[in-house]
Parts: sequence; C-alpha cells; structure tokens
Amino acid sequence: MEKVLMIHADKCTGCRNCELACSFFHEGAFRPRHSSVHAYSWEREGLSVPMMCQHCENAPCVSVCPTGAMQRNEAKGFVEWNKNVCIRCKMCTVACPFGNAVYDAAGRNIIKCDMCQGDPECVRFCPNEALTYLEDTIAVRARKKAFAAKFKEAFKEVS
Amino acid sequence: MFGWTGNTLRLNLSNGAVIRETTDTRLAKLYIGGRGLGTKIMFDEVDPRVDPLSPENKLIFATGPFTGTYAPSAGRYMVVTKGPLNGTIASSNSGGSFGAELKYAGYDLLIIEGKATKPVYLWINDDQVQIRDAAHVWGKTVPDTTDQLRAETDEEAKVACIGPSGEKLALFACVMNEMHRAAGRSGVGAVMGSKNLKAVVVAGSGKVEVADPAGFREAVLNARHKIQAHPVGGQGLKAYGTDVLVNILNEIGALPAFNYRDGHFPTADKVGGESLSKNNLLRPKGCFSCIMSCGRFSRVTQSKFAGEGEGPEYETAWALGPDCGIDNLDAIIKANFICNEMGLDTITMGSTIACAMDMFEDGILTLKDTDGIPLKFGNAEGMVEMVRKTALREGFGDKLALGSYRLAESYGHPEYSMSVKKQETPAYDPRGVQGIGLNYATNNRGGDHVRGYTIAVEVLGNPVAMDPHITEGKANLGITFQNLTAALDSSGACLFSTFGLGADELSGMLTALTGVPYPTQEFMKAGERIWNLERLWNLKAGFTAKDDTLPKRMLKDPIKTGPSKGKVSQLAKMLTEYYELRGWDKMGIPTEKKLKELSLAS
Repeated sequence: MEKVLMIHADKCTGCRNCELACSFFHEGAFRPRHSSVHAYSWEREGLSVPMMCQHCENAPCVSVCPTGAMQRNEAKGFVEWNKNVCIRCKMCTVACPFGNAVYDAAGRNIIKCDMCQGDPECVRFCPNEALTYLEDTIAVRARKKAFAAKFKEAFKEVS
Repeated sequence: MFGWTGNTLRLNLSNGAVIRETTDTRLAKLYIGGRGLGTKIMFDEVDPRVDPLSPENKLIFATGPFTGTYAPSAGRYMVVTKGPLNGTIASSNSGGSFGAELKYAGYDLLIIEGKATKPVYLWINDDQVQIRDAAHVWGKTVPDTTDQLRAETDEEAKVACIGPSGEKLALFACVMNEMHRAAGRSGVGAVMGSKNLKAVVVAGSGKVEVADPAGFREAVLNARHKIQAHPVGGQGLKAYGTDVLVNILNEIGALPAFNYRDGHFPTADKVGGESLSKNNLLRPKGCFSCIMSCGRFSRVTQSKFAGEGEGPEYETAWALGPDCGIDNLDAIIKANFICNEMGLDTITMGSTIACAMDMFEDGILTLKDTDGIPLKFGNAEGMVEMVRKTALREGFGDKLALGSYRLAESYGHPEYSMSVKKQETPAYDPRGVQGIGLNYATNNRGGDHVRGYTIAVEVLGNPVAMDPHITEGKANLGITFQNLTAALDSSGACLFSTFGLGADELSGMLTALTGVPYPTQEFMKAGERIWNLERLWNLKAGFTAKDDTLPKRMLKDPIKTGPSKGKVSQLAKMLTEYYELRGWDKMGIPTEKKLKELSLAS
C-alpha cells in the first residue's frame, strides 16, 4: 500500500533533528542550510512548524519544468528531481506554492525532498512523531480521529 | 577538522580588531571544547585577580564538538569568563540554537576582549563580521532586542543578548538566546554589559563534518534509544519538565523552604510539574537536537499575572516559590517571565528575595528599606514587584541586584545568605541529601547543582541508588559526577543526557565524530583535568580551603519538619576524604604529582 508523509505541527518542539538528519544523510555532514526540511520557530508564540515537499499529485513544479527534470514517479508516489536533465531555470522554485523547492546558489542545486529512496531519515530522527510516514489509511484515520477527539471534548462541555 | 570547525574568532571591542585563529588541535584534544577549552584560554590569557567588570576580563562563547550535530540533546554552548557575582571561573551553559549557528558560521569559539566606547552588537554572517551600533536597542528587553536585530540582519539569525539587567550590571544577569534560553548563572550577562556589548547575532551557512559518518550515526541511534528507554529522559521530562522534581524532593524532605529555615514545604504540589502541566502548559519545547523536550511553553490567564513564555524550570519554581514561602504558581511564572525578558538568573533572584524576606521577618529590614513593601514570606505580589525593581535596579532592587551575600552583609548579617562562595545554593537541601552538600562546598563556581549532580544517584537512583542520608562513599560519588560533567559540558552535551547515557556512550560518539580516540578513561581524565584547572584558577583568584564550606544554617540548624526532620549536613565527614581522593593536600591544593598526571604541571 502507498505510504504518506505527514506533518503534525502540533507535535513539533522545534528541535530541528529533522534538518540534521536530512543534511547528514544527503551530504555526510551537518548543514541545516542545505536540508530539504526546515522546522521554523516563532519564539514569542512558542510554536514550530516543519516544512517540506508534499509530493503533490498535481505538482506545479512538474507542470512548469521545461525539461522533464521534475517528474512524479507514480510507482513510488514521489516527485523526483533529475539533476542531469535540469537546466537550473529555477521555475520549480517559483511554482511551488509552499516554497518547498529551493535553489542553492553555491551548490547550483535544487534542494527538494527526495524521500531518501522511500525510508525518510527525517521521520526516523524526529523524536516527537511530528513527521510520520505511514500507509495512507492509517495515517489519515489517525489524524481524523485526533480531530474527532477535540470535537468530543467540546461536545462534552456544552451537553 | 571533524567535530570542531578548527576556527576561533577573536574580537577586540576596544580597538575593533577582528582576528581569525586556528583552534589549537592539541588543546582541543586535551580539553575537548566548550567549558574546558574556554577555561584553558582564560587561564592562559587572563589574570585570575582581574576585576570581572573591567575591560581586562574576557568573555568567551564556546561550543563543543557535538554542537551542531545530531548527537542527542547536545547542541549547547558555554559562556566562559570571570564571573562578577563571586570572582570564580564562570561558565554558564545554554541550549537553544545559538551554539549550533556559531558552528555553522565557522567557529568553535568566539573570544571577546576589551570594551566598546558605546553600545554595540556583533553581526556574524559566516566570514563577514561587523561591530555595529546598538544605541537603538540599549534599554530594550530580550524579546524586543531579538526581534529588532533580526529585522536588520537576517530573520532566521540566532541572537544571544542581554536585557536591561545586564546593561545595569546586576551581578546575576544572564545571557539569553532565542528569547527564552539562558546562560544563567554567575552574572555572565553583567560582563557582557560591562563591555557595552548588547548582543551577538549569528547566521551560518556552513557545516560540521564527521570523521566516521556510519559509525557516528550508529552510535547516535544507540544513544537515542538509551535515553528514550529511560523513565526520566524518555518520558518524565517531556511530560512534566524539570519541575517534576518539586514533589519528589519534598517527599524526601529535601526541598528547602523559607530561605532554608526548613527542608519541607506543605503545599509544594501547587508549584510542581504536575500542577504546571495541568494548569499552565501549552506545549513542550526542545533545544537544538534535543530528544527530551523538557522546555515548557506556558500561559497564565489570571489577569494580574497574565502572560505567555517559557518556564518555569524546577529551580525557578522553587527559588521564587517555596524558598520565598510562596505556593502561587501564576506569580512564580510571571516572575520567571520578567527574569527572562530582563535577563536575570532566576535562582539567585529567588534566593536573594528569600534572604530579604528572612531578614524582614526578623526585623533587620523594615518597610523603610523595602520601599514600603511588606516582604514577609508568602507575599507573592511583593515578590513579583521585587523582581521588577531588581531588573531595573530601582529602589530596594538596587541592593537585591547584588545578590544575597552582599545584601545581607550590607546589613551586618551575612549569615542570612544561603550561598557558597557568594553564589546562592539551589533547590536541594544538603541536610536531606548529604552528597549534594559536598558538591556545593567544593563546586568551582560556588553554590550550584549542575557541576556534580549527585541527586541522580542519591534521589533518582540513576544509574545506581545510594541512601541520601549517609556520608560514606559520597566523596567518590561527587568526584565522579564532577569529572563526568566537566567532560560532558565541554563536549556540547546536555547534562540531562545522563538520564540514559554514561561516559561510554558519550566518549564513543565523540570518537566517531572527531576521529580522535577518546577511550572512556581518557574522556573522564579530560573531565578531571578541566576540574583541576578550574580549581587552579580559583586558587590564583584568592580562594582557599576555607571557602569550601556551607552556610552555617545548613551545618548547624536541623531541618524542622518533614521526612528529614532533625538532620544537618555532615560536610566535615566528607570533605577530608574528598581532598585525599582528588589528590589535593590538606589545604585543598592539587599536588605536583596530580598536576603532572593531568598534564597540568607548569
């Protein structure tokens, strides 16, 4: 069954282990600036939100790519970037509505999640299950139920 | 280099010189980094008798090799300097992301010298280093300064700064980073203020390299597993924060109350971690690379004390709470927020107010001294108001800003100060836990718990359990913890990683990371070397064996109520053995033989 990578911002503590795991897996060194995932923190509000490629079904980065370097691999369910075909026009970085494709000027690369060939390292190293990679029914239902539980509490108070 | 960046940045604020140096590899191996390497530089470059608030003192931001990697809960840095609260070697530890960012900018250490003629801040953007005017943020709180400096540099930059208290040289001002994390103790923020340095702003695009990537990853996964399987490291700290300790310590009769008049507080549970999680906790927070998330983001809705921010830690809840006879958690949290915003150490703040309350109760202080506020034990509003006054050095707050020892001494009663070497002792009563008293007495920065946390063994049974009331074996226990912590602090790890990890795991990760072989005994020996070097600094600064003691109250006045009723600290029984096991003479001076063994002989 196809798996889905999900972000649960309510569980993120802002520790940035995801950024560390991503950059170390891909570069063999710790360099968060080059990570495909970023956990942004708002210190006054005490909130943190991880951001990474959502591997869209209808991906704008794929649609705008003039060379076919950005492709959706239907078998795996990921959007993949082919470094050798890419002409670095950066249209994907413009098209992504979330800003999840980034151009690295120094390395002349597009930085975008590649799902670590199907075993995402960021998920392994997230200590809080703020990032999960689960078969889609389980993942979707778990989140649905968590919201249902909030409604349940609200109903209890008014009933 | 692997682990270390290999670079040190040296800035002289008097003449504006910016010098890049190569981190000394031989010294890095001997002293690891952070606290150890910072202390070695202080020892070699600064006269220990120097006035801590003079331009001759130096201020070092020091990271460890782990900082910036995913070694679990190991993203820390140290602020090393001569501390103004007591003149010992100060190295205050903080988490957050600041230390890691300094590594990514390319530096293991940042050494600040001299004094700027007017307020400045540093903007370090990789190899671009600027000393910029800070007149527009002078006087601003920590969050306002952080926002403003990010707006004019980089929104994602990390900011370590002082609040108004550091500018006004309150002797226990801290350095704050990412708004809520504190290099808390010993007054390192006042040293920053004395140099007219408001903030250090850092953005880094570089990396930390690893000698054995596969080996390091495996060692880290193993270490994470051990912490996650530990009841405190894996569950307790995230669920309740460090404040979970309130009830644990109160139940064994070792929660100091009313300025140590007692060691038990009847309504302690109102300020403990369980109450905090139930009433105020919005969500747990983690420092950089942390897997434990003990940080608390809290809210008080009650209008009088309303606010949002991080805290409180156990020590804060105790110092501003039971030590002042207060069980109003909302007031404690409010006072905590003021300390964070203004940049004050919560432990010394609370303990100094407790000292003032004690003197007020005994008639040594009157309403005339305290700006008309009746500073009786339990006065929560008065406590919050005193924190505010201290932060701005207003009225009676001007005296409180000097810490409890100078306050009590100025009224002719130093015995009311619960401090060792003029730094206030924290939230573990040495009458109820014998080993921690030995640690307070011998600690290289005075009253302090995080340099020899024997509580782990004496109270929490980690990794083994010992009876808190006995003195046998406590000298050895204290030395082991002191040495381990000195090495751990220097590596960049968080003390709480010992809830799951020991020297074996830490030295294993360090070896894989740096490529420098650190067998466990070498790691521990580095810790012993650092401890002895700190001791040598303090001896040169003028401290003697006479200063290795506790307040008279802890030695002579028994705990009045609770499970440890009737107990006093039996320090003398442990201290002689401690000196012997340390390889020090009867005057507490390291012998030539010991110094040679540690490569410290001159």
